Amino acid sequence: MANELLFFMEVLVGGLLAGTMYSLVALGFVLIFKASATFNFSQGAMVFFSVLAFCGFMQDFNIPFVLAFILAALLMVVVGLCTERFVLRPLMNASEDTVLMATIGLGYVLEGLAQAAWGVEVRRLDLGIGDFPVPWIADNLKLFISALDITAGLVAALMIIGLFLLFKYTKIGLGLRAVADDAGAASSIGIPLKHIMLLVWSAAGVVALVAGCMWGARAGVQFALVDLALKALPVLIIGGFSSIPGAIVGGLIIGAVEKVLEVYIGPFFGGAIEGWAPYVLAIFFLLYRPEGLFGEKIIRRV
Amino acid sequence: MKPVFMTYTKKDLTNLAVCMVLSVLIIPTFIKTEYWYTSILIPWLCLALATIGQQIVMGYTGQLALGAAGFMAAGAFAMFNLILRVPDLGFVGSLIVSGLIAAAFGILFGLPSLKVRGIYLMVATLASQFFIIWMIDKFGWFKNYDSSGIITAQDIVILGKPFTTPLAMYFVCLAVTTVLTLLAMNMARGSTGRNWMAVRDMDIAAESMGVSLLRTKVQAFAISAFYCGVAGALFAFCYLKSLEPVAFDIKLSFKILFMCILGGLGTINGAFIGAAFILLFPVLLNAVGNNVFHGAIDATIISSIEQVIFGLLMIIFMIYEPLGMAKLWENLKQSIRLKLSSSGIKSVKSSAQKSE
Repeated sequence: MANELLFFMEVLVGGLLAGTMYSLVALGFVLIFKASATFNFSQGAMVFFSVLAFCGFMQDFNIPFVLAFILAALLMVVVGLCTERFVLRPLMNASEDTVLMATIGLGYVLEGLAQAAWGVEVRRLDLGIGDFPVPWIADNLKLFISALDITAGLVAALMIIGLFLLFKYTKIGLGLRAVADDAGAASSIGIPLKHIMLLVWSAAGVVALVAGCMWGARAGVQFALVDLALKALPVLIIGGFSSIPGAIVGGLIIGAVEKVLEVYIGPFFGGAIEGWAPYVLAIFFLLYRPEGLFGEKIIRRV
Repeated sequence: MKPVFMTYTKKDLTNLAVCMVLSVLIIPTFIKTEYWYTSILIPWLCLALATIGQQIVMGYTGQLALGAAGFMAAGAFAMFNLILRVPDLGFVGSLIVSGLIAAAFGILFGLPSLKVRGIYLMVATLASQFFIIWMIDKFGWFKNYDSSGIITAQDIVILGKPFTTPLAMYFVCLAVTTVLTLLAMNMARGSTGRNWMAVRDMDIAAESMGVSLLRTKVQAFAISAFYCGVAGALFAFCYLKSLEPVAFDIKLSFKILFMCILGGLGTINGAFIGAAFILLFPVLLNAVGNNVFHGAIDATIISSIEQVIFGLLMIIFMIYEPLGMAKLWENLKQSIRLKLSSSGIKSVKSSAQKSE
């Protein structure tokens, strides 16, 4: 009995920690949605693009780790700059769906550019953190938890706290919230819309880079990252599109539920239900609570 | 009252005649190479049909769906099993039934559209994409317990006659596509299509006008999935000639989405234009790569460039012409007509000035 419980705990904790990886991707979506009410479908592509650039700098040009990370982050700022100037600004008054489709196009551009510049083969990314159980925890708590999972969890927690503080207590955060509420009114009282957008897209780019590093260290830097990042969408639906805590809670729920289902119910169906379980879970949420756990209630004016 | 939207104008009939002559007489007499049929014309017709399905749900009803390839897979594997297990049904019967099976999936996964829209719906339809592919992959029955993962499609036999040459398969695809395209145009112009568009333009207004949202949306999803299912069956039996779930992955869904959007949302001819463009552009790019640069550019780079260009086009179209290539084509026709008639207008103007 105790062993079964321990096994369940292990599955659960593993799932929760893996869920923080989804949260990291979802965080980028939320940032952009909060500030511009834009669904950025290219977030997954940004994850792939940034981490491939990071690997490319390190492995092709032998740039040291920290410098390569800074360069990749700067590159994401440039991507944010170009996106703001060439995609978002011309689409300022377009409908939500139009902007969404444009970001799908943007995702294609980023994926193509990344592969053209740095090749299509799978790259290994070594962060110096092993993807194996931490001995101390394994000995004392009898739980096998990967060091990488714990790092991802810590990084996610740090970023969430940082972003939360930024949104809540700084002038920039106030500006961001104002723009999200009503872009027209915000710009008429002198909040520079351009800078806000640039800031948000750059921040989302850096978040994407961090998320990409975590995923890349686990699964290798490859195109499949884009599909993995799609799982951030159900995370967002469960947590709510406009909520930073929602992204983390949604990620935890998705991570835990998909692992538990996979281990306990998966064998009856031949496994691999991880592929669709999060989406079906998201459908149930959509039917009963479309705004998600933490989202603002969706009100449509006629 | 005269049924305004169901009647065909003279223009429609001439268009149909031109298309028929072109596809039935001119193409088979002038194009002899198999390559054109097996790699361009047949996939073009199949994908255009799937794109019409996507158009119905996205272009006409305004519901952002991203699961066309899932429904195509449902149609393709339904077809395989029907021919295998119910041989009495015949090819055409199986095609219709497999379309209906796909439509059932469409209804199931279209239900969330009653509650949500936009990207929320997109996520819900993604569930259908992943679920259907997984289901086919994991339950051996669908693949007749074939362990290799790739099943050879049965030969097409209609009324005892085999249709196995590329030309014959082209005609099969052509016949199905023509019938379904005409039906789609009919629906789009009739009250069905008017309801779809009313829901697209403003669902609350449509509802208060007495259009049932439940009926309209579910109907759109069912019909869309039917088209995708039939297209998927043709795609597997005429083009791939094999069945494997991997062929219908999310990439194909995105491809069909691109065909639909670049071709022109809410137009039937846009489906054909978009499908032709997405299909032919890589061929053209490869030809340029091989002939101009003589293979100096790596094939993976070419496919990356192709992806970048598709993405850029998507952004450019969204900014400058959200209605896609079909609209560009309309504009072109308009300007030519204007040029042709402008000489007439000038002479009228000059005579008017003289009289002053």
